[in-house]
Amino acid sequence: MKSIQDLIKEKELFSSGHRACAGCGEVLAVRQVLLASKKPIVCAMPTGCLEIVSTIFPHTAWQVPMFHSAFENAAATISGMEAAYQALRRKGKIDKKIYFIAFAGDGGTHDIGFQALSGAIERRHSFLYVCTDNQAYMNTGVQRSSATPQFAHTTTSPKGEKLPGKLQPRKDIMEIIIAHEVPYAAQTTVAFFHDLAKKVEKAQSYEGPTFINILVPCPLGWGHLPSLTIEISRLAVETNFWPLYEYENGTYRLTYKPSQPKPIVDWLKLQGRFAHLFEEKNKHLLEEFQKYVDEKYQKLLKKCELSGK
Amino acid sequence: MILAKTGNEAIAYAMKQINPDVVAAYPITPSTEIVQIFSSYVADGEVDTEFVPVESEHSAMSACIAAAASGARAMTATSAQGLALMHEMLFIASGLRLPIVLCVVNRALSAPLNIHCDHTDSLASRDSGWIQIFCEDAQEAYDTTICAIKIAEKSFLPVMVTIDGFIISHCMQRIEVLSDEEVKSFIGEYKPNYNLLDVENPITLGPACLPDSFFEHKRAQAEGMNQALRYIEEVFKEYKERFNRELFILEEYHTKDAEVGILCMGSTSGTAKIAVDNLRGKGYQVGLFKLRVFRPIAVSYLQRSLKNLKILGILERMEGLSAFGGPLFNEVRSVLYDEPERPIIISYVYGLGGREITPEEIEEVFLELLSLKNKKRENIEKFRYINVR
Repeated sequence: MKSIQDLIKEKELFSSGHRACAGCGEVLAVRQVLLASKKPIVCAMPTGCLEIVSTIFPHTAWQVPMFHSAFENAAATISGMEAAYQALRRKGKIDKKIYFIAFAGDGGTHDIGFQALSGAIERRHSFLYVCTDNQAYMNTGVQRSSATPQFAHTTTSPKGEKLPGKLQPRKDIMEIIIAHEVPYAAQTTVAFFHDLAKKVEKAQSYEGPTFINILVPCPLGWGHLPSLTIEISRLAVETNFWPLYEYENGTYRLTYKPSQPKPIVDWLKLQGRFAHLFEEKNKHLLEEFQKYVDEKYQKLLKKCELSGK
Repeated sequence: MILAKTGNEAIAYAMKQINPDVVAAYPITPSTEIVQIFSSYVADGEVDTEFVPVESEHSAMSACIAAAASGARAMTATSAQGLALMHEMLFIASGLRLPIVLCVVNRALSAPLNIHCDHTDSLASRDSGWIQIFCEDAQEAYDTTICAIKIAEKSFLPVMVTIDGFIISHCMQRIEVLSDEEVKSFIGEYKPNYNLLDVENPITLGPACLPDSFFEHKRAQAEGMNQALRYIEEVFKEYKERFNRELFILEEYHTKDAEVGILCMGSTSGTAKIAVDNLRGKGYQVGLFKLRVFRPIAVSYLQRSLKNLKILGILERMEGLSAFGGPLFNEVRSVLYDEPERPIIISYVYGLGGREITPEEIEEVFLELLSLKNKKRENIEKFRYINVR
């Protein structure tokens, strides 16, 4: 694998001049994936922030083919593109290997696009599906998604006199994807470019559907300073909220293990969406949050242990 | 070659000969067989198609759109709820000017749930920017499906070819088919100007267009539909020249001297022809207009053919729920508005949810129209139903 130093010398395939917010984690993820990916690449994305910030007619930030058609169908779209590729290759109209990548947020992945994703994976199309998870519907103005963590304030799970933000824990999309018996699925985040690049490389070494779940901080939705995106991304890992791991041919493996995990409050306190948890009446929720993170992490360790690595 | 085929089989056979690059489909009664038969062609290696058995109709149309945008010839089939589930994607297919061919086996839309024929599904999609061609029988469905490929690719518009659920889809008929070679040479190669898999010339397709550009895109798309009839004419003409089979935009049956006419679409035209024959045998000057192309509206054809009638009954296989008739009634009526002399027009809603229609019932409609033709139009009840309790 190329070093990060080499990767950043490569031609940028997601050009500057796009309209993403300062500190946007999602476009960082896209840039990193494109730099790390094998070439040539053909991409798809659903409706969402990424589409809006990168393709306002007549401009585009994409230096590779990119197709957007609707919100709930990134996986069906990449299926159709890959099917066309298979057919045209068989007919001798295309003679090179093409790598297909779908970029979708947590809305387009966990929720509205979930059925199409499950179907596309089951049909074993060859593509890398990248979920850029910013844990809410940011494009429409920070509404809760099934990826929103418990107790987070969003505009449809607001903190109020009675309710402490979202009541339910988030959906474990990794386990759902893994249940489809994909050859490769991994979780990473933008503060760990090297880890991310390695996972892209591994994913693309397999035929069939592969999945990378990337935590992408959203300054607007999470209520943090744009300058803190990388710091918050790193802390998500250092607090064990977002373990870096991969699932490869039936085996779970941590790709990074914090030597001294930090308490979850270190991550929460930097984000406005969790500010209410630090009010006196909500102190017990911080404990509950810590307990959830610990239990989830222990379960993951168990899976790693049981599957042999 | 002469074959015995149901409507569904005829369409599947045409699809086999077209040999599309991608078929993405989800089964739904009564169109299921099309997909089923086609998948057996795939399994037997009779086509080179990449068959994508998607998990929903929404994904079927999404995959067809993506495949067409990737330079592949893409086809699918559906009915009723399936078409409704595709609805969002229909607009995207046409907005992106992708020449997809969709075979719709007409069926009532729920609720109440019903699997039988009416035209609510296709007609509810009328504003989605697709060319819509209704077929009377399996032969017409076969010929039209082949022509649709060429019409779509010439006009850069997606095309719906429709047959009536069960009545045609499941009814065995004698049809005459072309050879594989003839079909292949007629449709030619699909060579789009741009495609997503051309990695040396990357394009971004499906960008967001703000108020400064959206309107121009839509205006250009409208112009595409304005020009579409010309391409349909061209393709039908070439089809006739090469294979000696005539396909109409508006077929007329005993209309030359008729003062009283009925206009309908789909399989009912066959039934109505019997009614016309029976009444002609008794000396009545009645005629039938079979409208094949509903999108684009064949304005010049309708004006030329209908303006001299005294009275016209429009048989509509859809309840428009508008308190002013269905789309076929309203659009045909609107087309005739500028004519200085125009017939009285009456809407007859019939056959919803597969309710059978007989030649006798259509004869009664003709006789009713005859009895009304000299009345003042403002005194006539415009909205009527056939055989409803």
